Amino acid sequence: MDLFEYQARDLFESYGVPVLPGIIADTPEEVKAAAEKLGGVTVVKAQVKVGGRGKAGGVKVAKTPEDAEEAAKSILGLDIKGHVVKRVMVAGGARIAQEFYFSVLLDRSNRTFLSMTSYEGGMEIEQLAVERPEALARIEVNPLEGISEETAAAIATAANFPADLVPKVAPVIVKLWDVFVGEDATLVEVNPLVLTEEGDIIALDGKVSLDENADYRHAGHEALVDQGAVDPLEAKAKESHLNYVKLDGEVGIIGNGAGLVMSTLDVVSYAGERHGGVKPANFLDIGGGASAAVMAAGLDVILNDPQVKSVFVNVFGGITACDAVANGIVGALETLGDDASKPLVVRLDGNNVVEGRAILAEANHPLVTVVDTMDEAADKAAELAHAAA
Amino acid sequence: MSIFLDENSKIIVQGLTGSEGTKHAGRMLASGSQIVGGVNPRKAGTTVEIEGHTLPIFGSVADAMKETGADVSVIFVPPAFAKDAVLEAVEAEIGTAVVITEGIPVHDSAIFWAEAKKKGNVTRIIGPNCPGIISPSKSNAGIIPSNITGPGPIGLVSKSGTLTYQMMYELRDLGFSTAIGIGGDPIIGTTHIDALAAFEADPETKAIVMIGEIGGDAEERAADFIKANLTKPVVAYVAGFTAPEGKTMGHAGAIVSDGAGTAQGKKEALEAAGVKVGKTPSETAALLREVYLAL
Repeated sequence: MDLFEYQARDLFESYGVPVLPGIIADTPEEVKAAAEKLGGVTVVKAQVKVGGRGKAGGVKVAKTPEDAEEAAKSILGLDIKGHVVKRVMVAGGARIAQEFYFSVLLDRSNRTFLSMTSYEGGMEIEQLAVERPEALARIEVNPLEGISEETAAAIATAANFPADLVPKVAPVIVKLWDVFVGEDATLVEVNPLVLTEEGDIIALDGKVSLDENADYRHAGHEALVDQGAVDPLEAKAKESHLNYVKLDGEVGIIGNGAGLVMSTLDVVSYAGERHGGVKPANFLDIGGGASAAVMAAGLDVILNDPQVKSVFVNVFGGITACDAVANGIVGALETLGDDASKPLVVRLDGNNVVEGRAILAEANHPLVTVVDTMDEAADKAAELAHAAA
Repeated sequence: MSIFLDENSKIIVQGLTGSEGTKHAGRMLASGSQIVGGVNPRKAGTTVEIEGHTLPIFGSVADAMKETGADVSVIFVPPAFAKDAVLEAVEAEIGTAVVITEGIPVHDSAIFWAEAKKKGNVTRIIGPNCPGIISPSKSNAGIIPSNITGPGPIGLVSKSGTLTYQMMYELRDLGFSTAIGIGGDPIIGTTHIDALAAFEADPETKAIVMIGEIGGDAEERAADFIKANLTKPVVAYVAGFTAPEGKTMGHAGAIVSDGAGTAQGKKEALEAAGVKVGKTPSETAALLREVYLAL
């Protein structure tokens, strides 16, 4: 989960990372009040989970509360790369002497953590990495050792920080590492990290991504979810503990196992090319134990998607037996009754496939078509979706 | 022959007394695996009956190894306890630790991987969030169904569980030396490259199927490795061509972010290395059949 800048700022503050005061606001009036409260020069910053907001006009400096209000009018509602600004942060101003870059992240390729630090800030980091790689110190952080004050000093030195600045920046790096470990983050990035004319180091902007697998040990993380951005069908699926992602298409998909479901989306897309360009409507993995209850919950979510014109149930019975899945489908259709109104194409293979297909044949539900292979079933589901569109 | 697991493998189960552990130990035993015990410090000294076998419970992995000569541990403990379970296996220097558990925080995986590395990788970690490994008719460590197919000349390495089963099913007439599910998490122990190297060295394996999915750069790295090191034919499948950017598709590691980790990029890297890549599982199976029959 990616956080908004203001959420990152709050986390930083709670770990003792130096930040500027910031107040969130959703209307120009609130912005004006926030600017009055902060006093002096303020910065109105769009809160969107996408980079490049400065260039897009999403960050404005305001000398007075009235200026801030005007800035908010132009920023709120702005579309930045498809993200509409609904909230801004009004931050205190700072007299910036110099800008730097620091991040610590999960390094998948090397199965460890990586710190990236540059004494040269004020540039997009991707650009810096390509154009001046020598200016970016990439230093592995051993997960067993972490970043001590000593390691932090070595990192700052490697990034060409002058000796007098190292003792100032190192403690901030340690605290950012504390955020990374303490919150189970996969990314903590500060761009820019600044030196003010008063000689203070401040994290002026922050980007944090959190590991959702660790949510169970962070009670506070649930409150960080951007409820406004959650698709209602995704929210409904989450309540039933279903692994569901809404997509923009017409063929509803249910399968078992993440890889098989991803593969099913691909196969349906290819089939759609032959049937009016229909596409998968969702990703839904019902996991290993496909009980009738889970199948019913899954079908319920998918059939409630008005875009869905047909449904493809693709199950390989590995641990799950196909007869249990077939009973699940029949039971789910009974439970749903008249709410089940769209054609279902079912492909079962693997464990107890003969029994499974026999159960579906006997139920002989008018909406259900059983097809033997994944490719043919995808084709049938695409054809039905196209016919109903 | 086979890779990483054979008829001599002696398996213990960490989490044997839990419901998942008991269920899958039963399935492993039924498929002929030698399970020699379980680990649960609170139940040390007791025994459990599974599938007509009386299995002793030990207080630690080290005790179990000392008493039984176990060289493989299959780990079924819940996510919150998985890190300690893997660290215990690594500490005891067991040969292989198969981590089935799904949903382990990546900071925990980073720590147990770093610890295993620090100890010189005496312990091969497979997973986490994987279905395990099967060398058909020899041994089965994990949750891969043993009744899909039997032994044969194909080696299979896959990030996905059900796609492993699907591919074994598609190629059931040929059979497999070993099929290994390496898991779809951002940090995993055994990689595509490790399995490819082992299959290359295994005389029973004649051709290899590699299954990848979106996220990370493991497939691209595997492509480079294949080009430089493999003489046996490899065909590949990559899932997730239609996955939207920035959305996690079931597996914690299956995400396209900032344009990196796409299925298209992986396909192109593999094809540039001379690997035939199927558009669908069935097409991939057909490609494998083609290269195998041409041998």
